[in-house]
Amino acid sequence: MTSHSLNLDKLKPILEKYTPDGRAQLLPALWEAQAAYGYLAEPVVAAISKALRVPFAEVHGVIEFYTMFYNQPVGHTFVRVCVSPICTQLGGEQILDSVCGHFDVQPGETTPDGNYTIEAVECLGLCDHAPAALVGDIPLSLEVAEAPSSWVPSPQAVSLGKVSGEPRWLTARCGAIAPTDINAFQAHGGYAALKKALGQMQPADVIAEVEASQLSGRGGAAFPTGLKWKFTAGAANNPKYIVCNADESEPGTFKDRVLMEGDPFFILEGITLAGYAIGAEKGYIYVRGEYPRAQKTLQTAIDNARRDGFLGQNILGSGFSFEIELRSGAGAYICGEETALFESIEGKRGYPRLKPPFPTTNGLFDQPTVINNVETLCTAAWILANGAQAYKSVGTEKSPGTKLFCLSGDVANPGVYEAPFGILMSDLIDLAGGVVGDVQAVLVGGAAGSFAGPEQLDVPLSFEGLWDAGLSLGSGVVNVVNTERDLRIYLLSLAHFFAHESCGKCFPCQLGSRRQLEILQKVAAGNATKADLAALEDVGFAMTQASLCGLGQTAGTAILSALQKWPEIFSHQ
Amino acid sequence: MFIKSENFMTEENIQLTIDGIPISVPKGTTILDAAREAGIDIPVLCYFAHTTANGLCRLCVVDVEGSRVLQASCVAQVQEGAVVHTNSEKVQRSRRTILEMLASTVDLSESPELQEMVVEYDCHPERFENGKKRQPEIIDDNPVYIRDYSQCVLCWRCVQVCADDAQFTYAINFSGRGFDTQIATFFDKPLTETSCVFCGNCVGVCPTGALKSKREHLLEQGVAPDQIFELTRLQGKGKRSIGGPHLDRQYQNAMERE
Ligand SMILES: Cc1cc2nc3c(=O)[nH]c(=O)nc-3n(C[C@H](O)[C@H](O)[C@H](O)COP(=O)(O)O)c2cc1C
Ligand code: SF4
Ligand code: SF4
Ligand code: FES
Ligand code: FES
Repeated sequence: MTSHSLNLDKLKPILEKYTPDGRAQLLPALWEAQAAYGYLAEPVVAAISKALRVPFAEVHGVIEFYTMFYNQPVGHTFVRVCVSPICTQLGGEQILDSVCGHFDVQPGETTPDGNYTIEAVECLGLCDHAPAALVGDIPLSLEVAEAPSSWVPSPQAVSLGKVSGEPRWLTARCGAIAPTDINAFQAHGGYAALKKALGQMQPADVIAEVEASQLSGRGGAAFPTGLKWKFTAGAANNPKYIVCNADESEPGTFKDRVLMEGDPFFILEGITLAGYAIGAEKGYIYVRGEYPRAQKTLQTAIDNARRDGFLGQNILGSGFSFEIELRSGAGAYICGEETALFESIEGKRGYPRLKPPFPTTNGLFDQPTVINNVETLCTAAWILANGAQAYKSVGTEKSPGTKLFCLSGDVANPGVYEAPFGILMSDLIDLAGGVVGDVQAVLVGGAAGSFAGPEQLDVPLSFEGLWDAGLSLGSGVVNVVNTERDLRIYLLSLAHFFAHESCGKCFPCQLGSRRQLEILQKVAAGNATKADLAALEDVGFAMTQASLCGLGQTAGTAILSALQKWPEIFSHQ
Repeated sequence: MFIKSENFMTEENIQLTIDGIPISVPKGTTILDAAREAGIDIPVLCYFAHTTANGLCRLCVVDVEGSRVLQASCVAQVQEGAVVHTNSEKVQRSRRTILEMLASTVDLSESPELQEMVVEYDCHPERFENGKKRQPEIIDDNPVYIRDYSQCVLCWRCVQVCADDAQFTYAINFSGRGFDTQIATFFDKPLTETSCVFCGNCVGVCPTGALKSKREHLLEQGVAPDQIFELTRLQGKGKRSIGGPHLDRQYQNAMERE
């Protein structure tokens, strides 16, 4: 189809819908236009630019930033095969080879009949189902030997996945109720917190309860949640916003997906509570583009909540009005970084901002904003329903309550395990059915975390316990790698992840993530020299010390921790 | 540049120490400006007085005691009682490594200031000699200037002056991301088919040889000055007359006559 013959009629309703809000609706407009036309052709993009009043070059820049936007023709259905560390560990590369071989294409290419585009992608948040893939909107768990001739044309969606542990505070309803049934949700204790807050608590009381619980953020930075709410509530400007960070793109992390697919109203309850506490009338939930199923579930839940008066004007007759808008990311790990996420909602390339100023005063649309992780908001709702005292009855003194851990790799039963803080890593691994084979290494915290060796399995999983062991909790990842695996290939995949996901804003990470990958390629090939390893340390140092945001500051952490622990696997063979 | 305005003087002052020198500056001053006040030079690359500071290159990083990581002095503001080291071992190691990675990626042959830094920090870019370079073709799509992004360090200045920092023209932005970021037009169209008004601001602020007037470029290519005049005298007659194939053909002819 040439540009001239493109009929722009299908675009009209899309533009009509999104024009009033201008640039802030750029990503939704691009998503819908892409769905209507298959890809974002030049005249389509030009029309969107004009309607939303965003300069042409900037819209093009936005499309170029996000991997799930295409400005060239692509296949009817995408086959996205994960090649991030956990899937690579369990055979992702072989699956990619077999599907490419089957269609006789290279990764990134479209089959001659135009039916499929095959892509090698970074973590799909399906690490409990690794090796994983996404065919169209359908999440798959594959076997290395499975024939593409069967799983590509008739993909079988995976289940919610394994959810277990004790006590089940946050995950009580996951798998137990129909996720979008609002009556079942309420019958199982749902909306008790919101009713209590709106009925008998002032916003300041809600914040005080959260503060008393010592809840700290589950998105990675562990910032005290009560304090964050208090700062934002006290900020001078209005309107204020609450943003739920559901971008979950860090290899090894999938707990938020399980909450979204298993208990979406719980998240809405948490967002609404936070909105009430800080005086916001609008909340956003930003879900990564690779979670189409979670998005669908959440959107249904939002619609049902609105229908039954839990969202909208004058909620439960309290006088409090609140709306939640679901936003889809479009393929960029960096958009999980809070300020990059704001930029993305504002219709821009997902570049992190300089801090200060902080979101509590200058967040989304430059307004005071609370941004919290999915699990954080659910935990806050649990605390409001059950009280800070009850929350602190398990866990450690400094890390009270329960935590969702993402167990993956060489364990018998990968999945989400809820357990009190302070549980020993070995006990947690036992909950997941134990190690398959012998432990070589455990990646703790996520791609931005560090490796523990087999001698460290008894580390208590609490903020302070991990800190003392030189580790960090991150997003709750515990990825077990057994002695059969080639750790160098795993590290190469990790380096590839950061090189692919660096936004490129600051030089140390833009350049260093690439140089790190190149040296890891040599390591994997067994021909890295001493000089290469010295360079690797310098690159890691510069990224850690001089990068602008958390991505670059942690892009070398896991690899340097491996180099320190196991220098022998890096050297010239 | 640090300006002592009336307004500033009435504001609260901050006391800090930079490389052992005690100094007092108004609240809100960047560490970079405070250091300059104290006569201490911190290297900068992306920082530029006339564009919004974004903290991109991180060559200006300094060591602030008690900080988890180094701070970009061009954007970090002074804090009361801070003890700052502008040239510690950590700072030098970071600067050296960033410069080595940059020099092994981008053609710095026409960027003398950067070359000097490479020498000053004892850099060995050859450590990364087999690393990927950014080597796109020269873009010669208009009569006014050429774009050689193999020399581009991604300081963003050109994008900024084309947009909100000066011209409000928005002809250029980015393509790709990460290492593969490049300055680009809408669907990579020739500048003559964009909103570009050929104000030349971008060429003026580019710190490297990436953006260069056509005249300079032609001279380098060995085109005789009188032939260049034939081309450049037609410039400035408004966008339509300078755009498009007419001049390009003349340029072709000039090249062919060579
Ligand atoms: C590169 C990068 C990616 C991130 N991704 C996520 C994410 O996917 N989800 C999340 O909740 N936080 C993520 N964060 C942390 C957020 O910036 C922010 O700290 C968090 O959303 C705050 O929520 P919390 O206080 O509830 O933890 C990321 C940070 C960085 C630097
Ligand atoms: S550290 Fe990496 S991801 Fe963060 S701003 Fe710099 S280039 Fe972008
Ligand atoms: S072209 Fe020049 S001004 Fe523009 S980003 Fe590159 S180096 Fe900077
Ligand atoms: S889904 Fe493959 S690593 Fe997470
Ligand atoms: S000069 Fe400060 S980051 Fe570039």
